This record gives sequence, structure tokens and C-alpha cells, in this order.
Amino acid sequence: MRADQILHPTPAGLYCPPGDFYIDPIRPVPRALITHGHGDHARSGHGAVMATRQTLEIMAIRYGEDFAGQRQAAEGPVRVGDATVSFHPAGHILGSAQIAVQPDHGPKIVVSGDYCRHPNPVSDPYEPVPCDIFVTEATFGLPVFKHPDPAGEMARLLASMAEFPERHHLIGAYALGKAQRLIMLARAAGIDGPIAIHGALQRLCDYHVDQGIDLGPLIPATAKQVDAQLVIAPPSAFASAWVQRFKDPVIGFASGWMAVRARARQRGVELPLVISDHVDWPQVTRTITELAPSEVWITHGTEDGLMRWCELQGIPARPLRLVGYEDEPE
Amino acid sequence: MRAFATLLERLAFTPARNAKLRILRHYLDQTPDPDRGFALAALTGDLKLRTVTPGLLRGLMVERVDEQLFALSYDFVGDLAETIALLWETDQDEDVPLTQAVALLSDTGKAGLPVAIAGMLDRLGPSQRLAFLKLATGNMRIGLSARMARIALADMGAPDLAQIEEIWHGLTPPYQPLFDWIAGGARPEQAAKAPFRPVMLSTPVDLDQLQAFDPGDYVAEWKWDGIRVQAINDGGVRRLYSRTGEDIGASFPDVIEALNFDGAVDGELLVRRGEDVAVFGDLQKRLGRKQVGRTMLDSHPASLRVYDLMIWQGRDLRDRPLTQRRGILEKADFGSDRIDVSPLLDFATWDDLAALRADPPAAVIEGVMIKRRDSAYVGGRPRGPWFKWKRDPQVVDAVLLYAQRGHGKRSGFYSDFTFGLWDADQLVPVGKAYFGFTDEELRELDRFVRNNTIERFGPVRSVAPKLVLEVAFEGLNASGRHKAGVAMRFPRISRIRWDKPAVEADHLSTLKAMIA
Repeated sequence: MRADQILHPTPAGLYCPPGDFYIDPIRPVPRALITHGHGDHARSGHGAVMATRQTLEIMAIRYGEDFAGQRQAAEGPVRVGDATVSFHPAGHILGSAQIAVQPDHGPKIVVSGDYCRHPNPVSDPYEPVPCDIFVTEATFGLPVFKHPDPAGEMARLLASMAEFPERHHLIGAYALGKAQRLIMLARAAGIDGPIAIHGALQRLCDYHVDQGIDLGPLIPATAKQVDAQLVIAPPSAFASAWVQRFKDPVIGFASGWMAVRARARQRGVELPLVISDHVDWPQVTRTITELAPSEVWITHGTEDGLMRWCELQGIPARPLRLVGYEDEPE
Repeated sequence: MRAFATLLERLAFTPARNAKLRILRHYLDQTPDPDRGFALAALTGDLKLRTVTPGLLRGLMVERVDEQLFALSYDFVGDLAETIALLWETDQDEDVPLTQAVALLSDTGKAGLPVAIAGMLDRLGPSQRLAFLKLATGNMRIGLSARMARIALADMGAPDLAQIEEIWHGLTPPYQPLFDWIAGGARPEQAAKAPFRPVMLSTPVDLDQLQAFDPGDYVAEWKWDGIRVQAINDGGVRRLYSRTGEDIGASFPDVIEALNFDGAVDGELLVRRGEDVAVFGDLQKRLGRKQVGRTMLDSHPASLRVYDLMIWQGRDLRDRPLTQRRGILEKADFGSDRIDVSPLLDFATWDDLAALRADPPAAVIEGVMIKRRDSAYVGGRPRGPWFKWKRDPQVVDAVLLYAQRGHGKRSGFYSDFTFGLWDADQLVPVGKAYFGFTDEELRELDRFVRNNTIERFGPVRSVAPKLVLEVAFEGLNASGRHKAGVAMRFPRISRIRWDKPAVEADHLSTLKAMIA
């Protein structure tokens, strides 16, 4: 069986004919395999969903218990139709997985979803899965993206908090994954006291604590008076009147995009923090080199750069041009 | 250079002036000499280094990065120095003293420059690489004026701003004697000729407040809408300073040439054709030019209208009463028809002066200045001896069109407002205002914007055109850069006209008719 008969893009998402399932579909489908809980990959309304236990629980928190007709937690290799699938840690967020698809006859394909190889206290580390065809993201698919050590970024946050002790520091971070990682990084950097969180983060933070990730003392950032200098909120909150309770705050944003000044300026950020849950250029190129697949498929992002790199290395590559995925959700 | 790189980054992203000052102040406190002096000079544009061309930098990359990957990266990042700083491959991150980088960029010959720059980049981490490349290309774009640098210095020790301004122009990077003085050492000798001297400023006043004073104790003159300058000829050294001590002589060679006297005078820089003083917009065309062409010198001739003498023929007159200085001024021979004296106004009562102010003989007059006859010339803004009584602002009723979110104390509030006037049946944007309203009014405006949003563009929202704002301003310039063809000076929101329907707002033709 040819590779594109095993997996190919359709308007609803990546489709696997032998297994009759979609991976991270953007429209409701009868059978979906989901890599992780971010809204652009995990949507509600599918007939049946297979994902890691944690991804299923996260989807239930975000969409309600009835987010799909049926659900099945992925454990070990499982037969789905005429294919065998298995889930492997992706290092991106809590519960994130790569999905390996092994047809009875034909090449093995690994769909990595979003993945990251930096140590991340809120996620199991990325596990390299040997394969014939590696399907990768290219969110940061240009050689300018070399994510710095997050500890250094936290040192910049702490320096600003010391320089402006009278000002709240409001850091924008995506509600699922980034926010909790930021909290853990702040703890590792020595912030032991209360950290205030926007209401939209509460349930997901509670869930991380349930899963054994000790986020330390958190207080709601909804009161009139917020008694914590560090406040974490989803980026959308910065356009809302919620911000007005803070007098002269320092506005920060934690994202891989902050490495590019023009991007940080566009957002009106005063304290850009380069912290990402995606592979950067050295990691994505290293991963491809290590796995040595016979072909690379690129799902979304700045694929031109990675395409060019594969060409220079003599690795066949093609862009899938999947629509519907955000670069790095904001 | 690690601290310098951090400083550049913080300043680039920090919008508020006071926050910038604090960041700079901390850097100056914590950084040793001579690095901090060179940093200061780099920020204010006073560091004269060999300029590294974009071509040289591109040449470095050709040898190191695939051309196509470089092009994709540059296209994404949008800034050459930043692209190279991000792309450069090295595992070093040495904290190289800024002084070393400055020495490299001032001492290396042209032929050796590419190798020297590459060698330096090999030693640096990403943020230092960017700082070094910005230094090399002479393109800081930090938005820090020399005056702000002096304010930060004045905050560090005993010498105050006026004292620092007085010696500033005799100093060169890395300003070691200045830092020694701030640390408690001796005041640096004023070595340079024609130093800037702190300017005497006035406070605003109105007719009610003037009633408390005896008009007989004061003289008055027109307030000219030009640029306040200090013009000096000190033993042949000629200087023209703005009131904040920036040397603007290069833009006004015609005035520099006319300074055929011995002294330091205080006056107004104007574009004057014969007896006709031109509007501020004409003077603005001469500002900020490094070189002025013959055509511009002929079509926009600059001149000086003197109203006070600080130093005259070797004597410092600043301690003497105004009337004595004025007596000498009126008899002085400036030896050039580009220089004249600002005349005094004839008045006996404040009402007389009010009548004069209400009907000035030229549009370029923006009110009257009122000065105590016995006032000494004191740098700074003492309360009392000098008043400015500006003409009433002009106003139009405009319609709110767009609003942008503010920073700092205005985070989360829509506080920058673009407004427009009617042109036939369309509203044309004519300006932007972000002050003039109270905190309470800001909350009301913010609520209005949120409830009447039509479209969002990042931090900007377009709003339903139904709120009328009374906008006050201090004059108009014709402008090719503005869609409406006019630009307001100091526009601010003087009233929110919740009561007025948008159809009754003013027309663009009304505004254009106000151009002097």
C-alpha cells in the first residue's frame, strides 16, 4: 500500500482509509484520533474519540462530558480497522502524544502533532519513534528560531519585577499547557508566594494539580485588589476590561514568537518572554536527522524553511498544507 | 556588553518615559566606567564610530548560511541586524566589555572590518550580538533623547539638571569627569567655548490670576510661535542651541553665519521674509536637516528675534534686573539684518494687554509674554517672574472614528482617539488625541468604544461614527502626509459632546479655513 493511501489530507483533516479514522480533524467526523487538547487539534462533536486519558479528561473539562459520542483511552498498540495505532509522548503539553500508524502492509507513519524537546515539568518527555514517514509541524521552521533556556527568560521576568516592585506583571500565556509551565518555571526560579491567575485558567490549573503537578499557591486574579505581583492570564484577556483593575501593569507575553521583535511590538508587549512548547529549528532538524525517515511530511507553520533544509539534506519532503491549525495558539 | 544588551532591549520595549528613566538610572548605577559612558553616548547618538554597511553584513552571511534560508529568515524577521543576530552560529556567550566593542568599531581599518566583526560575533550570545550589530550599524532607534540621558544623570547625585546641562557640551564620551563629579568629585572645568546655559522658562497665567499683580511692575511682548533658542558667539565659536540644549546649528547655517557679535543671547528662531514672519510650519521644514540646500535657504530664510541677553561683550548679565539687560539689548548692534529685537508692548492695565492679545497683528503670534521688570535671568522655571498668556486654543467638533489601547497606567483602556470631520457625506480622519480628558471621562470613552466597536485591527478598533468630540489645538499646518491635508498642533479633547449628533460635527472646509 502506498503512503498516501494510508494517510492523506482531506478538507476535514488527515484521513486514514485502512483504519477509517481522522487525526486531529477540524470538522466533526465519525472516528477521530486526537494528539492533544489544544482547541485547534481537539474539537468537540465527533462520533468516537481515541486519545490519551489526560487528553480525554482535558476535552471533557473544556467542552463538557458529552464532547463526543464515545471515547476510548489509548493504551498500548490498538487495532483500528485494518491498521494498528499507538500513542507516544510528544513533550508538548499534559497528555500530548504522537500517533504512530502501522498498516498491515506498507510504511509506518508517525504523526507527531505538536511536539517539543525542551524539558517540560508539565509533560512527559518526547519519545523518538522510528518510522518510515515522519509527519512534523514547522511552527518555528526557520533557522532564526533557537529557543533560549527558559530559566534565562525567567531571570528577565524576575529582574523586571525587582526593578518595578510597585507594578503588577501581567503575563499572557495560553490557558492549557503554557500557563502551567510558566507557573512551574516561576516556582523553579524562586517565586514561592501566591501567583494570581485569570478565571479562565482555574479549572485547567486544578486539573494539573490533580495530576500530581504541584503548582504552589494560586489566587484568583478576579478580585478588585490582587495581592500577587505576578499575574497570569490568557492573551485574550488583555483586550478585555479585566485589565483595568491593574494600575500601570507591565504587560508580558510568553511565546516562541517573542524572539522576533516586530512580533512582540505588534502585540504591544513590554516584557517579551521567549518560552515555547514547540520544537525550535535545532530540535526539528535534529529530530529528523535522528529518525532518518525515508520521507518527511510537514503539516503547518513556516514550511518553506524546513522544506529547503530537507532539500539540502537530500530528504524527500512535502507540505500537507493542512488548514485550521494555528501557528502557536494565542 | 550583556548589561548593555539588556538595557537596549528594555528601553526598546518600554513605552513610558519614567519607566525608561528608571531602567537607565539602574544601568548607570550598576555599570562600571568606561562602559556606562560609552553606553550613554551610544543611546544619545554621540558615539562616532565607523559605520558598518548592510552590504558588509550580508557578505558575512553569504559564507555561512544557505542563501534561500537567509532570504526566508530576513523576510520573516524584517530587520537585517536582528536576522543576523538570530542566525549566527556559535556556542560562546562571553560578557565582552562594551568598551572593547567600541574600540573595535573605532580602530579597525576598513579591510579588516569583516573579519573583526565576525570574530566578535563568534564570542557573543544572541542578545549581545544584536546590541553589537545595532552599535555597528549606528541604528539604535531607542527613542532616548540626550535630555532624557541628562535627566537620568541628574537623578544619580548632587549635580542637578541645570548644572549638568551647563557643562554637557564640553564633555566627550565616556564622560569620566562627569561621573566623577556625580560621585562627589570636583566639578569638571568648562573647557569648551560657547557652552549652553540653562534657559529661563515661564509659567502659564490668565486674566484672573493677573489681577493680583501690579501691571506697572511688568513688561510684555508678543509670544512668537517659533523655536526658543540660545545663540552664542564666544570668541568666534558659534552655537545655536534649542531650549533643551540640543545643538541645532547644522540645520541653520544662515543664522550661524549671522551671529556677528560677542555674547550669548536668548531669542526666538523664526522663518522671516522681510518683515513677514512665516507660520511655524515653514520653520518646521528647516528642522532636523543635517544639510540645508540653497533652494531651501532662499525660500525659507531663518532669522533670530532676540528678547534677552545672558552674556554680552564679556560680561555675564544674568544677575542684573531685566530692565538693565533690556537697555543694553536695545542699544546693541548685531551687525546683521537676520537679527532683530522683539519689541515691547504698550499697555497700562491688564485689560489693555487683553485687548492686544485678542487682536495680534500677525497670525504667528500665539499670545503674550509678561516679565517682571526686576527679574534676574534664572535658569529653570521659577514661579512668578515670567508668565506666558497664550491665546485661546482653536476648537472643532469632530467625530470619533478609531480608538487604540494605551500602555502603562492606561493598560486595558482605549485611550488614543482618532477623529474625523465631514467632507461632503464622508468622515475624513484629521488627527489623533490622547489627552485632555479626566480619568472619569476616560472610563466613559472606553465604555463607549467597547459598546460601539465595528471592527478590530489588533489593538485598534473602529467605532460607530456617532460620538462628537470637541478638539482643541494650537494651530494648523498644511501637510502632505495627512489624508485631510492639514495637521493640528497639540490636539487634545477639550469636551465630550455626548449631546451633539454626529451630523452636526464640523466640516473639513471649516478646519482648512482656519489655516493661518
